[in-house]
Amino acid sequence: MRLRSLQIILWVAATAAVVAFAAARWWPATEDSAAAASAFTPTFALADSEGRIRTTDEFRGKFLLVFFGFTSCPDVCPTTLSEVAQVMDDLGSEAGSVQPIFISIDPERDRRLGLTDYTKAFHPAILGLAGSEAETQVAAASFKIFYEREADTTSPDGYTMAHSPGLYLIGPDGAWLRQFTYGTPAAEILSDLQSRL
Amino acid sequence: MKHFLLAASLIVSAPAAMACETVTIGDLTVEHAWSKATIGAGRPGVFYVGITNAGSADDALIGIATPAAGMPMLHETVVQDGIASMPHAMSIPVPAGQSVQLSPGGYHGMLMGLTTALKEGDSFPVTLIFEKAGEVTMNVDVLSLRAEGPDCADAGQ
Repeated sequence: MRLRSLQIILWVAATAAVVAFAAARWWPATEDSAAAASAFTPTFALADSEGRIRTTDEFRGKFLLVFFGFTSCPDVCPTTLSEVAQVMDDLGSEAGSVQPIFISIDPERDRRLGLTDYTKAFHPAILGLAGSEAETQVAAASFKIFYEREADTTSPDGYTMAHSPGLYLIGPDGAWLRQFTYGTPAAEILSDLQSRL
Repeated sequence: MKHFLLAASLIVSAPAAMACETVTIGDLTVEHAWSKATIGAGRPGVFYVGITNAGSADDALIGIATPAAGMPMLHETVVQDGIASMPHAMSIPVPAGQSVQLSPGGYHGMLMGLTTALKEGDSFPVTLIFEKAGEVTMNVDVLSLRAEGPDCADAGQ
């Protein structure tokens, strides 16, 4: 009988130890990742169409609307860039506080096809950037976005790009603020921006 | 003056009205075909349309053909786990009694190898090839790069 009580006590102690260990491992981890998610500062250093390296630092003081895409994308990219163009038109006199940026995830082909005439066709305010493959990967990683080249014989040049289609808002201090998921109407993006300006 | 205004309004409304061509083949009604202006001919164009099957048998759009592009294909934009990709669609089902839209963010025709840049206000023919109903050709109007769809009085979308 005494042995039985001892067994129970030991089991309770063992369970408590496991719970305490799990809690110690979990609590700090979740707090850390939550803090990281709210505080991260995406960066890029990528060439514009004239070959000048543009970095996040030069846009401090402005809100950035950043979209990763490729100019041979017939459906998703024009839809999002059209929304960005509408937002820039509707911002009116406040448009100067917002810099829309298109980052090519297909930089070699986009440089060849021409980046500026593409972005300008949507809105003259949109800055197109196309760096090297490595620089683009670094920028995408800092925004925590994914892209991948996929072989596809039914696409131009035999490949297409799969990518995160969101639109990312960066604050004047360079910190990531939020993403607008693909398909967010221009009016919703506009009112979010206006509430911050 | 009245006549002049009437004539002027007809001229202005003509391009929008063109996007509203409706063709039928068997039990299928095909309408609201449109495309977007392209920047040059090096990038693919896009083709959107609405198809309604009033019959009792399922059909499917299995291909498109057009003199405007060397390699027109059907594709579908799929957003899964936050990643957008654009797989080739072998066929687009048009079930009995239902409507299917090729529209931004979903099914679309991708027009590769454009013979010339598509300009706003232009139109070009596209032949839709259905598994059962056969082929039908209609005019596709090129809207602005920023258009979200044709401005048809009866669009109802």
